[in-house]
Amino acid sequence: MALPIMAVLMFFLVLPIVMIVTVSFWQATEFSIIPAFDFENYEFLFGSNVTYRVFFNTFKYAFITWVFTLSIGFTVAYFLAFHIRSLTWQIVLFLLCTIPFWTSNIIRMISWIPFLGRNGIANSTLISWGVIDEPLDWLLFSDFAVILAFVHLYTLFMVVPIFNTMMRIDKSLIEAARDAGASGTQILWSVIIPLTKPGIMIGTIFVVTLVMGDFITVRFMSGSQSANVGRLISNDIALLAYPSASATAVVLLLTVLIVIGIMLRFVDIRKEL
Amino acid sequence: MTKVSRRNILKGGAAFAAGSTLGAPMIWAQNIKDVTLRQFGTGVSNLNDVANKVKEDLGFTLEMTALDSDSVTQRAATQPNSFDIADIEYWICKKVWPTGNLQAMDTSKIKNYDKIVGIFRNGKLTPESTIAQGTAPHTVGFTEGPDGKGFVDNESGWMTLIPTIYNADTLGIRPDLIGRPIKNWSELLNPEFKGKASILDISSIGIMDMAMVVESMGEYTYPDKGNMTREEIDLTMKIFTEAKQNGQFRAFWKSFDESVNLMASGEVVIQSMWSPAITAVKSKGVECVYQPLEEGYRSWGGGIGLSASLSGLERDAAYEYINWYLDGWVGGYLMRQGYYSAVPETSKAHMTENEWGYWFEGKPATDTITSPTGDALAQAGEVRDGGSFQDRMGAVACWNAVMDENQYMVRKWNEFIAA
Repeated sequence: MALPIMAVLMFFLVLPIVMIVTVSFWQATEFSIIPAFDFENYEFLFGSNVTYRVFFNTFKYAFITWVFTLSIGFTVAYFLAFHIRSLTWQIVLFLLCTIPFWTSNIIRMISWIPFLGRNGIANSTLISWGVIDEPLDWLLFSDFAVILAFVHLYTLFMVVPIFNTMMRIDKSLIEAARDAGASGTQILWSVIIPLTKPGIMIGTIFVVTLVMGDFITVRFMSGSQSANVGRLISNDIALLAYPSASATAVVLLLTVLIVIGIMLRFVDIRKEL
Repeated sequence: MTKVSRRNILKGGAAFAAGSTLGAPMIWAQNIKDVTLRQFGTGVSNLNDVANKVKEDLGFTLEMTALDSDSVTQRAATQPNSFDIADIEYWICKKVWPTGNLQAMDTSKIKNYDKIVGIFRNGKLTPESTIAQGTAPHTVGFTEGPDGKGFVDNESGWMTLIPTIYNADTLGIRPDLIGRPIKNWSELLNPEFKGKASILDISSIGIMDMAMVVESMGEYTYPDKGNMTREEIDLTMKIFTEAKQNGQFRAFWKSFDESVNLMASGEVVIQSMWSPAITAVKSKGVECVYQPLEEGYRSWGGGIGLSASLSGLERDAAYEYINWYLDGWVGGYLMRQGYYSAVPETSKAHMTENEWGYWFEGKPATDTITSPTGDALAQAGEVRDGGSFQDRMGAVACWNAVMDENQYMVRKWNEFIAA
């Protein structure tokens, strides 16, 4: 039984990673890639302060996006799981959440651009309400725009796993807590959140890996003015510097794995599932 | 001609007679219909209209693939078997030619060779003109012979690229939002336009725009903008990084559409731009000017190169295509978009007098000027930004270029974007 799965994983997961790691030690001139075993790509990567700035930026995006998607996602899931009583309505409202996913990522992202622009809907509305006199420039092509797009794109990845674990919480536990005299906040803090941890963790892994691996959202929403690790890689690829792109990819992969490793220290997903 | 005739003698007298009276191409007119040539290049000249017209006029099939400059360079350098015809820019040729993926072309087979403008032959538009800095097309336009791997500085009879299209680029502005005359490249970094300026994020072209700005600001005069030293690159990047951190730029653009949207939406009022992008903004009813500047233009040129693996009938077809290209129809099509043709005089026959006057001679339009797709671009009485061909191409300050320190420049460019 395990053999087909092993074969698929070998071919589509292990092999590409081995390739990337191998190529990361190669050398490149402008037009050719030379097989070698050389640490030059890594030396350049770790020797440039741009790398550290860009990695910091990537973590910043991931962290802020995580905070927002978690608070929004948790609230939505909580509402769906505990405030909507009928299963039908839960399903209807849950499906409603997925409607934006009927269009592509890129379209959902790009549709923010005319909305947030200097003469966009947001600015002209705020001006007509008299809230501001001058258009706000930081709405578009800024870190604000990048994070807004990320939150918009990835909140559902938080909602789904959290909602899923919440639905499995035995309602009698909550009743027992109430009978024992716990307040609403205490129930949330001591019963629901601990039992939802695996869902939160799965959502977190989704959001963090998606944000850390992204390059196109950052490019469009920052107007090419900010960089994250994904853009570093895509720039290298555009210039045919595959070895250097691979080295960056390897470092990113390790970073993401470390982050996930740390997160899994807090929650044992396997045990909780 | 002679070659084909010799082949015909072997085939027999009748064919010889037909061959010499009807002209060489007719001999293989039948099997040429089966030929398919694969062309790739940047979007500017990879037009489906051209492919359709080739089918109609020459009978063979031309498959077009449009890519961005970086991908074009990559493909020409690394996948020589993926194309028959490379439609590339001269600075790309400088990078690609040494790989041996293209073959030299015999100018004696190019019918209109003698009519190609001087820029592509000896570098001079008129005998008096000085040659601009950067990778001027004639410096990478010729090689020593059929198997040449280097470049020569004279008309050797073997061309690396047959020139097809070129233009003089400058800054695009929104006159309605600026409200005063713009005369210098330095205006791009003028704090007056803080948060409303943009530059293109294609390193090899962007660095040249930067150099034009730095010189115009009086910060530094480059011995050769097209071939900077590491110190010069650092200095240029420092000035622009400071400006970026002070919030001078609204965004950077990489694709044609992005530049159009930035300008049309008013996010940006001054930016590096390409000629048809101006046209696209105008056709949305938004005022936009391709502003001629005192320091001159940054120019670029493109041409057609043949894959090294091309031979036999396919190569004959490719030569036929090149001759057709320079014959005027494509030239007229491109000139009506605001580009220039390598053999302007043949294009004249494919343009109305009004169009020729407006686009080439810089005369006021006598009637509405429309693009090849039918959008109105100018009304009667309007004059082209920058004036005539001589005025525009005569004021070129530098050509798009590849520097010796290209890799260093690219790394610095990435730092600038991340800064």
